[in-house]
Amino acid sequence: MPSKIVEVKNLNVIFGQHQVLDDLSFDVNKGEVLAIIGPNGAGKTVLFHALIGLSRPTSGVINWKSNVKIGYVPQRFDIEVDLPLTTREFFYLKGGDVTDKKIKEFLDLVGIDHEALNKGISQLSVGQRQRVLVAWAVMNEPEILLFDEPTADIDIRGQQSIYHLLHKIQDQIGFAVILISHDLSVVYKYADQVLCLNSKRVCMGPPREVLSAEQLLELYGGEQTFYKHLEKSFHEDHHA
Amino acid sequence: MNRLFISIWKRVFTKITMPDIYPPLLVAIFVSASAGLLGAFAILKKMALVGDALTHVALPGMALGLLFNFSPFLGALAFLVFAIFGIWLMERYSKLSTETLVGIFFSASLALGVLITPDHELVEALFGNIISLTWAEAIISAVMALILILIILILRRQLALNMVSSELAQSAGINNSRLNLIYLLIFALAVALGIRFVGAVLMGSLVIIPAAAARNIASSFNMFLGLSMLAGVLSAVISIFVWQNNGAAPGPIFILVSVGVFLVTLVIRGLKR
Repeated sequence: MPSKIVEVKNLNVIFGQHQVLDDLSFDVNKGEVLAIIGPNGAGKTVLFHALIGLSRPTSGVINWKSNVKIGYVPQRFDIEVDLPLTTREFFYLKGGDVTDKKIKEFLDLVGIDHEALNKGISQLSVGQRQRVLVAWAVMNEPEILLFDEPTADIDIRGQQSIYHLLHKIQDQIGFAVILISHDLSVVYKYADQVLCLNSKRVCMGPPREVLSAEQLLELYGGEQTFYKHLEKSFHEDHHA
Repeated sequence: MNRLFISIWKRVFTKITMPDIYPPLLVAIFVSASAGLLGAFAILKKMALVGDALTHVALPGMALGLLFNFSPFLGALAFLVFAIFGIWLMERYSKLSTETLVGIFFSASLALGVLITPDHELVEALFGNIISLTWAEAIISAVMALILILIILILRRQLALNMVSSELAQSAGINNSRLNLIYLLIFALAVALGIRFVGAVLMGSLVIIPAAAARNIASSFNMFLGLSMLAGVLSAVISIFVWQNNGAAPGPIFILVSVGVFLVTLVIRGLKR
């Protein structure tokens, strides 16, 4: 029996009149990669917020393995341009047994120069900052990493290398991953399971089994341009 | 030149040996240090305006204290704590814009406070007066300000992370909602302490301006906190000296001096770029 890191049962989140998550259930096991896909407004980030306890579920349960350590890479990290916080100080905000040696070790892991430590965190480029966020998230060797893919800030090449990097770190630390992605090629390449989310669970299973063109049309029906983009990567992947 | 220096020296230090300058000086230093430190977080949290409006809630509380002969400090603190639970509940349970509601209701409380404050106390309540402080009052205020500083320093890691990203804070095991409440309660205590110095109208500036000045030139977080306290203390000391020398009310002088400090740091920031 694989050991469960998290079990979500009949999760409902309602904001005012709007049902954001509708009777959602799924599990994530040790070392597993679960990708969550879905159109804009499908409730993906809200699900992450519920998982870390930032949004309160209206009903349903989220059972974490006891004393679980969670790493989190948010979709947006909006900081002001001149925020007086150095990268080193940012790492120390994490608390626990942070040392300069440990920070440098994790900066090496994500390929960021040690010079960044004395720079303001806001002076780093968006791509560098995301790597720093990854290092920050995995520094306490979490059992699960929640990765919310940025929608716009990072170019495709940067995005691909970040997944490559995540994969590499996952091999070393061995955490489970829940990732929100907008890129089907990433889902095919890295995910063991995919959850198609549109408030409720539209499909779930291994990507190649559950991601049929019909499922994608059902999932992204309203978002024509986005769907075309997905359809393209779906066909490319299948013809590759 | 030497003679001039001696005369300034004598002028300043013979004045300061007068006994009645020490209680206000003590309060001004500690209260502005605590407000400066708190202000650094208020700026990070982008609650400069909410904080300013919130300080106005203290006025009706002080007015009731003056009318019914109990401590205006306690009256102000009670009203602030009540308002703070209001804000906290609004943020937690409602999707309405807190900024707007705070702006409306807290300005209304300023208006109400002005109407019920006894006439002869009004200028003092609005613009502060620490000239008449006794030693006992001064020591109590300074000790409370010191406790406030210690609490903020102990919580600074959690507060900073919460202000940089509530998502990261939550993932690192910080209870954001509880921390927000603690922060607001600390804010209430700082306002109740500072209001005697600068008054209900200028209190927001005591919190915000030194921190804004520090932010202009700070390159790290620890430097930001240190400079923010320093800017507050510097402005406070100068304002007490100015009062001692020409009798001008220290509260408004504090604000003008700290704006001066802010402008200087703005120039330094411009030169650095």
